[in-house]
Parts: sequence; C-alpha cells; structure tokens
Amino acid sequence: MELLDIGIKFILIVVIFLISLVVAMYSTYAERKVAAFLQDRVGPNRAGPFGILQPMADGAKMFMKEEIIPTRANGLLFIVGPSLAIMTACIGSAVIPWGQPIQIGSRIIDLQVTDINVGILYIFGVVSLGVYGIMIGGWASNNKYSLLGAIRAASQNISYEVGMGLSIIALLMITGTLSLKEIAEQQHGWHWNIIRQPLGFIIFLVCAFAETNRSPFDLPECETELVGGYHTEYSSMKLGFYLFAEYINMFISSAVMATLYWGGYNYPGMDWVAAHVGPTIAPLIGVVVMFAKVFSFIFFFMWVRWTIPRFRYDQLMNLGWRTLIPLAIANIVLTGVIMTFFK
Amino acid sequence: MEPLSNKRKVLDFKPLNLLERSYLPEIAKGLGITMKHFFKKDVTIRYPEQKREFSENFRGQHSLKRDEDGKERCTACGLCALSCPAEAITMTAAERQPGEENLYREEKYAAVYEINMLRCIFCGLCEEACPKEAIYLDGDIVPTDFLRKDFIYGKDKLVEPKLNQ
Repeated sequence: MELLDIGIKFILIVVIFLISLVVAMYSTYAERKVAAFLQDRVGPNRAGPFGILQPMADGAKMFMKEEIIPTRANGLLFIVGPSLAIMTACIGSAVIPWGQPIQIGSRIIDLQVTDINVGILYIFGVVSLGVYGIMIGGWASNNKYSLLGAIRAASQNISYEVGMGLSIIALLMITGTLSLKEIAEQQHGWHWNIIRQPLGFIIFLVCAFAETNRSPFDLPECETELVGGYHTEYSSMKLGFYLFAEYINMFISSAVMATLYWGGYNYPGMDWVAAHVGPTIAPLIGVVVMFAKVFSFIFFFMWVRWTIPRFRYDQLMNLGWRTLIPLAIANIVLTGVIMTFFK
Repeated sequence: MEPLSNKRKVLDFKPLNLLERSYLPEIAKGLGITMKHFFKKDVTIRYPEQKREFSENFRGQHSLKRDEDGKERCTACGLCALSCPAEAITMTAAERQPGEENLYREEKYAAVYEINMLRCIFCGLCEEACPKEAIYLDGDIVPTDFLRKDFIYGKDKLVEPKLNQ
C-alpha cells in the first residue's frame, strides 16, 4: 500500500509537470494568437490547422540552433543560469491544490502533490529563487546589456516582493492559515476571497506581473533599450529555457492567484453538482473550473501585455515603493479594523 | 501669432488627481479598446491562397501576343527595346522562311526575345511603343526565383499560348 501511494504521487507529479510544460508551450502559441487578434492580424497559421503545430516547430528550431557560449563568459554559471530559471519555475506547482480529493474505488487521492503547512511561504521562496537564474545568467554573459537586465530584474523582484508579501498578509489575517489547501477549502461555493480582499487582489496582481517580468514590467528584457536584456547572449535551448521559465511562471502565478483569491476549484452550486454526479466526477469538474480560471488569468496577462506600454525604470520604482507598499499596509490596517468591529 | 490652422488645441497641465494617479481607470479603458479589436474581423489577405484584386490598369508580367490566327504579332522592330528606360529587353531578328507563314505574321520575326525581369521597372513604355500591339503587361506578378539567370525570361515564358490549345 505504501508503494502504491508513492506511485500515485509519482504519477501526479509527472502529470502536473507535463501539464505545466504543455501549457507553457501552448502559451507561446496563445500569446502570438492573442497579440494577433488584438491587433487585427491573423497570427501563426502555417504549421497545421490554425497553426496549432507552431510550438512544435519552434521547439524543433530551438533544439537545432547552434549553441553559442561567448569566450569571455563564465562557462559554468552561463549554464547554471537558465537551468536554475527553469527548475525554480517548475517546482512552484508542487503545493497548488488542483482539485478536491478524488475518490477512485475506495481510495481517496489528493489532487495536490504535497500539502505543506507553509504553502504560500514555499511559493514565495521559489519565486525569489527564480530571480537568481536571471541574475546569474545575466552576469555570466559578460555583456553590459545582460548585466543591466540582470540588475533590473533583481531590483524589480526585490521591490515587488515586499508589496506582494504585504498584500498577502491581509489575506492571511482572514484565512488564518498558510496552507493553500485549507485556503482553497475555505472558499467553498461562492465564498471567494476576492469579495473580501478586492484591494489586496489588485496589489497582488500588479506584483505578480512584476514578479513574472511580464509587460508592462518587462524591463529586464526590454528590447528597445537592452537588446535582449539578460538573455542577449543566449541561443539555442538555453534561450528556450529562459522563455519557457517565463511562461511556466505565468502559469504558476495564475494558479496561485486563482487559488488565493478566486476560489481555486470552487464554483457556485458545487454541492448540488457533487450530490448528482458522485465523488469521482465532481472533483474533476472542479479541476476543469480551476484550469478555466488559470487560463483566464493567462489570457489576462497577454491582454495586458498587448495593451499597456512599458514602464520607465523610475516609474516602476515609484509604483512599487510609494504606491503599492503604502496601499498594502493600508489594506492590512483596514482589514484589521473591519475584522475587529464586525466579528 | 495667428494660428495657421484651426487645429490648435490648448493643453493645460493640471496635476493628476488620485484616481488618475492610480492608472487603473485608464488601464481599464485601454483594455476595453484592445478587446474591441479582439472581436473585429482581421483585414489580412491570406496571400498565396487568396489574392487581392488588381486594378484595371495593373502592369504585371509581359506577354507577347498572337493574332486571331495564332501567328506571333512581333516583327522584331526593336522599338520596345529602344523605348525601355531600364534596358531590360533584347532581341534577335530573323527572316521568315517559306512555310512558316502560319507561325509569324510578318516577314521578319524575333528569333530570340528576352526580358530581364530584375531590370524591368514595369513602366509600360514597351507596350506604348509597340506598333504591332504585340506586347502587353497584362500578366500576374512575376514569381520569385533563386538565381539571377532565371529571371531572364525568353520566348518560352513570354509568348502567350495559342487559343485553340
């Protein structure tokens, strides 16, 4: 029985890993399609019907390309950079609850790789590690543009982690737990945290954009100023890893936002559905709901990217330190006051 | 100073209020605009499968015309080559032999007629110059190729096919 449990966990890990990779792959396709539609264009439509095989073609291209390591670059760190970026991006998914425990036969399986009681802290830790991939890669390239990109990435992530952490504190005051599983369970039905924490969500959303280096906060790879930013010197699959890491980060942060604020796998009327379809199908519907929320967030990320121009560096710092952090602190105070007087 | 046009607009730089400083309403407005475009029909013409209609007087690839009996109209007078500002046309004249009356309309014809499509500027002066109405730029866009020599089109590509074939 022990062995079976380990086997099930192993299968779950592999499935989630594959899902994040496939989602990341098709996010590149979706990004181009969304960009095209928002600009009255067509987008990739040559590889397969509607260009659906475009990610495969891109992947094959990435693998076939010549691998260049600049002579003056630090050889070891040059390879460690993208590896670290993709690794930290992939392990973030371990604590996210994808659905309610599913019942197959007499066995109940958690649709979550591991439920650690400091789930949010784990996510924060992994996200903070992610910037090391960018920093190391940018520094090891021995190129001033890469270094500037790396510096920007580091300062941006540090600034916005503060705001993100503070915005989460107000949420934790309500939930009283750090475990993502318990937070998801508390939002049963329509009791989503967004209703009680709208301001906190907006702060978290803005910080998530900054943490994943997505436009309008994509200064580390700002093409107009820094050639390619931290990945200027990278080619072949090492570049692919950086791009992949960005998309996986987007997927994970969408899942975190869906879990923390938008009810995760919960949806109105889930009890009625669960009573009618049984304990095997109902969690699967929850998983579908969860992924629908995640994909909506991914779409939102892309929608924003093709709408809003990039921030200037001083504006970025202004927004982070002088707007978001005071707002987050005010949100904490407000939440505390409301909790004291209305409970 | 008098404004040159009535398009002048006086801007006043007021400090932004709190709502404007939060960027959020403007961002929402921008997102609304892009979303409107999301549902708009795209204007792209999917080129190789779908072609834009050319205008009536579009000048494309040249064709050497035949008359109603299928004889080549060109008499190798050389006026087209002379008129060509890009010097894209060369030809070699030859005399019609007895028995070739069904092939060429006049006693003299072009044995070799070449247009360098890389030199041609599609100005249409050759069709203006032609006294025999033998050359017209009524074809399609000249297709791409890999080698320069393949852009020199001879009679095999230029003479229009016979009507009854």
